[in-house]
Amino acid sequence: MNIHEYQAKQLFDQYSVPSPQGKVAATPEEAAAAAEEFAGAKLVIKAQVHAGGRGKGHFKNGFQGGVHLIDSPAQAAEFAGKMLNETLVTVQTGEAGRLVRKVMVAEAVDISHEYYLSILLDRATCRPVIVASTEGGMSIEDVAHDTPEKIIRQHVHPLLGLQAYEIRKLAAALGLSGDLAKQFGKLLKNLYKLFISCDCSMVEINPLVTTPDGRVLGLAAKFGFDHHALYRHPEIVAMREPEEEDPREVAASEYDLNYIGLDGNIACLVNGAGLAMATMDIIKHYGGEPANFLDVGGGASKEQVAAAFKIILGDQAVKGILINIFGGIMDCNVIAEGVVAAAKETGLPLPLVIRLEGNNVEAGKATLAASGLNIVTAGSMADGAQKIVEAVS
Amino acid sequence: MAILIDENTKVLIQGITGSFGGRHAKLSLDYGTQVVAGVTPGKGGQTFEDKVPVFDTVSQAVAETGATASAIFVPPAFAADAILESVDAGVDLVVAITEGIPVMDMMRVKEAMKGSKSRLIGPNCPGVVTPGRGEKSQGGCRIGIAPGYIHQRGNVGVVSRSGTLTYEAVYQLTTLGYGQSTCVGIGGDPINGTSHLDVLKMFNDDPETEAIIMIGEIGGNAEAEAARWAKDHCNKPICGFIAGATAPPGRRMGHAGAIVGGDEDTAQAKKKILAECGIAVAETPSDMATTLLKHWGK
Repeated sequence: MNIHEYQAKQLFDQYSVPSPQGKVAATPEEAAAAAEEFAGAKLVIKAQVHAGGRGKGHFKNGFQGGVHLIDSPAQAAEFAGKMLNETLVTVQTGEAGRLVRKVMVAEAVDISHEYYLSILLDRATCRPVIVASTEGGMSIEDVAHDTPEKIIRQHVHPLLGLQAYEIRKLAAALGLSGDLAKQFGKLLKNLYKLFISCDCSMVEINPLVTTPDGRVLGLAAKFGFDHHALYRHPEIVAMREPEEEDPREVAASEYDLNYIGLDGNIACLVNGAGLAMATMDIIKHYGGEPANFLDVGGGASKEQVAAAFKIILGDQAVKGILINIFGGIMDCNVIAEGVVAAAKETGLPLPLVIRLEGNNVEAGKATLAASGLNIVTAGSMADGAQKIVEAVS
Repeated sequence: MAILIDENTKVLIQGITGSFGGRHAKLSLDYGTQVVAGVTPGKGGQTFEDKVPVFDTVSQAVAETGATASAIFVPPAFAADAILESVDAGVDLVVAITEGIPVMDMMRVKEAMKGSKSRLIGPNCPGVVTPGRGEKSQGGCRIGIAPGYIHQRGNVGVVSRSGTLTYEAVYQLTTLGYGQSTCVGIGGDPINGTSHLDVLKMFNDDPETEAIIMIGEIGGNAEAEAARWAKDHCNKPICGFIAGATAPPGRRMGHAGAIVGGDEDTAQAKKKILAECGIAVAETPSDMATTLLKHWGK
């Protein structure tokens, strides 16, 4: 799940990670009040959507840019009025754009230097790793590619936690000294605490800045959360905004299905994540384009299969469906009954190829045959992929 | 021989009184596996299926029954504790089936297990099967959730991050008349107890294993690490398959570990490394067994 900039700021405040002062607003009046509160500082107003490229984006009402400098509470209200409840289109949102429900009024800080700082889990060592660089404000992938010597890494012992010497090492490597090093140390210590306490998979500050008035601040943050740990973080779950997510993925999550929408036209419904990925691959191998990743899990019920079927059919781009089930323990007949029920309910408007193998497969095939529906069966994954690619071409 | 487990392995099941654990404990018993104990805190003294004693703690179960392997079917929030309890009780092989364990929990478990004699397989895995020699491989040792009946005892070792892809490979092998020595599902999480490389080394040392299928997917570099070792050290033919060629970068494909993070995480990059290391790469998941047999000269 993603969170908004203002929500990231709330987490930073909660864990005492310094960032520019700012406030979220849902109405022009609230925006004006926030600007009033920070009077004297240079201020910026920013549309809150889960997408990058806001500054260069445009609103469907004609207003240009989702990020603006403001010089008065009146201007804050005026710009908020043009952004709130309007649709912002950026390079990342696609043509449809995103509805702006909130704006943030924040201090626009002067910058002396930009740094990069993140904490993530390193799979190779099974430890958290802190990644830092003096080259902030740009893509860290580019820095790693062009000037790998400018990337500093510090692994942290999972049971001991972040040590003071590790912080000193990082500060020195970034060229920070005196009070700035002290502020950096405090910020990093608190950021590490946040990373662990919130079960983050990643927290990234880019840029981390020093200011002419001698502050160290996290200017822009990105969070990744371990979704398996969300059960113990209701405060983070509360930050989720389903309106910002793919509606098909939201519907799938209600039925405990793993669904990821893609751009192709052949939908697939598979049990098991590995087999689901491999099914997408084999569709592509035979010249088709997968429309989605969909894993119904190892113990799917009839209801889940029916729900999965409807989510697939809700995608207008889909021109054909491939179902690939290896029912090891799962009863193939349960799958067959779920498919038949859903197909009958929806009238099965598209070609459907099913490859069914495993436990109770004969009964499953009999159920499909007796349904009277136009279902093509396949003997193997390759056979199924070839048949569905042919059917949609 | 086989690896990790055989028909004499005594297995205990943590979470045997739950519906998921109970169902698979019964299937393992039916398969002929020596399920000797169950563990559910607070339910000690009960009996599962009229024959398997249930204990409150793993230590009690080990002391009473001599179990050397455990299967973990407890819910994600309690799974890290369950793994450590088995380690504390001195169990040789801990197989964690549970899906959805927070990664921070696994990070601590992995660190805490350093220096212990226990080996962890999983989590989020289908488990381990050493097929038996009876009808439909009856009489083997099945720890986990794999369908026993698709196996056949033989000489191919299978190691995989994915459950259903393992079944796919096993089924292809069995259908073509080639059995398996042991099939190991190492799990789809970013942090797991046993890697592809660990299992390859065991297969290489196992006289019964003559050829190997290694199934991987996008994310991490475990397959590449295993392939580079195999190039210089493994004297048995290996077929590799990597799932996720069509997965978009940055999206987690079902398995928590299946995410393309950088250039070397992609399926294409991994396949290239495998091929360079002398592993026969199956182009599609339908060709895993046939690719191996060709490479093996069968």
